[in-house]
Amino acid sequence: MNENNRKAWLYLMPAVLFLGVFMVYPLVDVVVYSFEEGYNFASQTFFGTGTYNYSYVLHDPYFMQALKNTFILVIITVPLSTGFALLISLALSSIKKLKELFSTIYFLPYVTNTLAVGLVFMILFKKTAYSDGLVNLLLGAFGMSPVDFIEGPYWAKMFVLCFYTVWVVLPFKILILTSALASVNEDYYNAARIDGTSRSRMFWRITLPMISPMIFYLVITGFIGAFKAYSDAVAIFGTNLNAAGMNTIVGYVYDMLYGNSGGYPSYASAAALILFAIVLTITVINLMISRGKVSA
Amino acid sequence: MKVVLDHLFMRFPSRKKGDPDTVAVSDFDLEIPDGLLVGLLGPSGCGKSTTLNLICGLLTPSSGRIFFGDEDVTSLPPEHRGVGLVFQNYALYPHLTVKKNIMFPLENLKGDKKMTRREMEEKALEAARLVQIEDYMDRRPAELSGGQQQRVAIARALVKRPGVLLLDEPLSNLDARLRLQTREEIRRIQKETGITTIFVTHDQEEAMSITDMIVVMEDGIIRQTGKPQEVYDDPANLFVAKFLGTPAINVFSGQIRSGALYAGEDIIADGLDGISDRKVSVAIRPEALVPDPDGPFRCGISALEVMGRDCSIVFTHPSGTSPALRAIVGSELLPGEGEKTVRFRIKPSKMFIFGEDGERIRTEERP
Ligand SMILES: Nc1ncnc2c1ncn2[C@@H]1O[C@H](COP(=O)(O)OP(=O)(O)OP(=O)(O)O)[C@@H](O)[C@H]1O
Ligand SMILES: [Mg+2]
Repeated sequence: MNENNRKAWLYLMPAVLFLGVFMVYPLVDVVVYSFEEGYNFASQTFFGTGTYNYSYVLHDPYFMQALKNTFILVIITVPLSTGFALLISLALSSIKKLKELFSTIYFLPYVTNTLAVGLVFMILFKKTAYSDGLVNLLLGAFGMSPVDFIEGPYWAKMFVLCFYTVWVVLPFKILILTSALASVNEDYYNAARIDGTSRSRMFWRITLPMISPMIFYLVITGFIGAFKAYSDAVAIFGTNLNAAGMNTIVGYVYDMLYGNSGGYPSYASAAALILFAIVLTITVINLMISRGKVSA
Repeated sequence: MKVVLDHLFMRFPSRKKGDPDTVAVSDFDLEIPDGLLVGLLGPSGCGKSTTLNLICGLLTPSSGRIFFGDEDVTSLPPEHRGVGLVFQNYALYPHLTVKKNIMFPLENLKGDKKMTRREMEEKALEAARLVQIEDYMDRRPAELSGGQQQRVAIARALVKRPGVLLLDEPLSNLDARLRLQTREEIRRIQKETGITTIFVTHDQEEAMSITDMIVVMEDGIIRQTGKPQEVYDDPANLFVAKFLGTPAINVFSGQIRSGALYAGEDIIADGLDGISDRKVSVAIRPEALVPDPDGPFRCGISALEVMGRDCSIVFTHPSGTSPALRAIVGSELLPGEGEKTVRFRIKPSKMFIFGEDGERIRTEERP
């Protein structure tokens, strides 16, 4: 190692130390925990090593419920929110005068606290002894029978969660997509106009390919974000998500860590690593698809 | 196809109330005969691109009419005008191959003009051959050189066989050598196809070298039109005289007194009896100054520059309007090293006199 190299390492030291202590070590620790059977947090002891934690988690009906919820959430909200965001951005970029007004409105959810917004959603959808909630009043006005969205049937609760998730992620996606749309050089559209290209063809053949890198970015981060959903569900359904049947994988991990006096860090670690594996797989698949399609 | 622009105006309304509107094109009146290559020339911001956009229909004029042949196309949308436009930055679709780019306009055709895939590919290949780009059909634009990209852009504009081809500063992104080469290429393609072509540039040399006719613009106004050499030899106003020619023309503030033209104390021409006494600007092309010990024009030498074939004398004169005046002379006439002054004889055909309004004052011996 020459002089320069040594110096470089010296300068990097603080960053490397911090990353090591606060990122690498905990990550390694999680992997270790997940293979230690019967680990006790208080006594720091365990019986042995093996894959029992994984098998326990995978056979836990609560985990399976959380897995199902998370997958439904991901599959519904990611395409829906990206699609809506694209539609809204297209509309926004074609009416320039309304842009500024809209930008405040669509940014409201972004700057508002998750829990506060969740509370509002709960009030909108909740059915109590005194009131049916605003949404139910509206449903009633159309002659439909009221539904309890917060404590009622599974599909109703899922609907609220998806609705909420789409609503929360929309502003960020709109922001990204409007700026992506604005960055497409006007000359491409002018050239297309001279050649008599129809509006729909302009969209499919020019606009969409040009902003495809941004769309894929949003899809990938959307997948990752939705897989990590937790606080949204808590905001709407309260902390006992298992009882509500609305738990998510991250919620399950959290419950395993802190629930039931001291918790089960080994199960939590195993569940977290399963989540990690899922997210990694999906992201790799996404990247593989995008490599073929997206032209940077 | 003949193109007629009839008193075109283009105003852009100002953002703020009270500010004057921008008049980008003002009273533009021009007839372009069929099959010519016309250079639209002028400094930055003079309205060249705006004029081009009016012709192709991306902009609608505030007033005035546009005719292609005998047809009034003023309110026709761009796709029905049958024009091809090459953008300054080419605007090639980066995600499509060269072939797909060239085929793009054909894929838009509807009704009885609709083509089969085979026909489109044939047409695309034909256009690609014309611009000699057929070996690169499967590349993306990013994988081509600037000159090749430009040829693809021309092929895309030509593939539908437009009646009028418009080029907006197509050479501005190229390096000096490629510029020279591609402007000849444009000339060749235009000759081969016989399509009426309008070529925008702010480089006068480019316009002079390949066009049949130039239109010199300033602030949205046509300052002069004509064959390049004629405009160069006989500028109608000081702006055109200054704009054409490299090195730039030398301008002096002069005076006409009883038929003699004074630059400072020197009488550089006389016999101008038809012209009343007044202040004038005198413009003399660098090649019109010939060193001559008996010449009337007495100047101070500030430098001698020998650059290959051309030698130039950088000189000063009390009436000069710019600090660096220049004469281009044969090396045999170059004054000796160490000389402080030089006297010039002036070729009268390359000296122009302008009034204070910048308009040409014509002397009697020339029409
Ligand atoms: N959309 C517009 N709104 C307002 N003013 C405009 C608009 N487009 C052009 N102009 C103005 O019109 C004038 C002519 O512009 P134009 O683009 O035609 O110049 P140009 O001759 O092509 O210049 P360059 O050589 O720099 O390309 C400029 O003063 C410009 O500021
Ligand atoms: Mg321009």
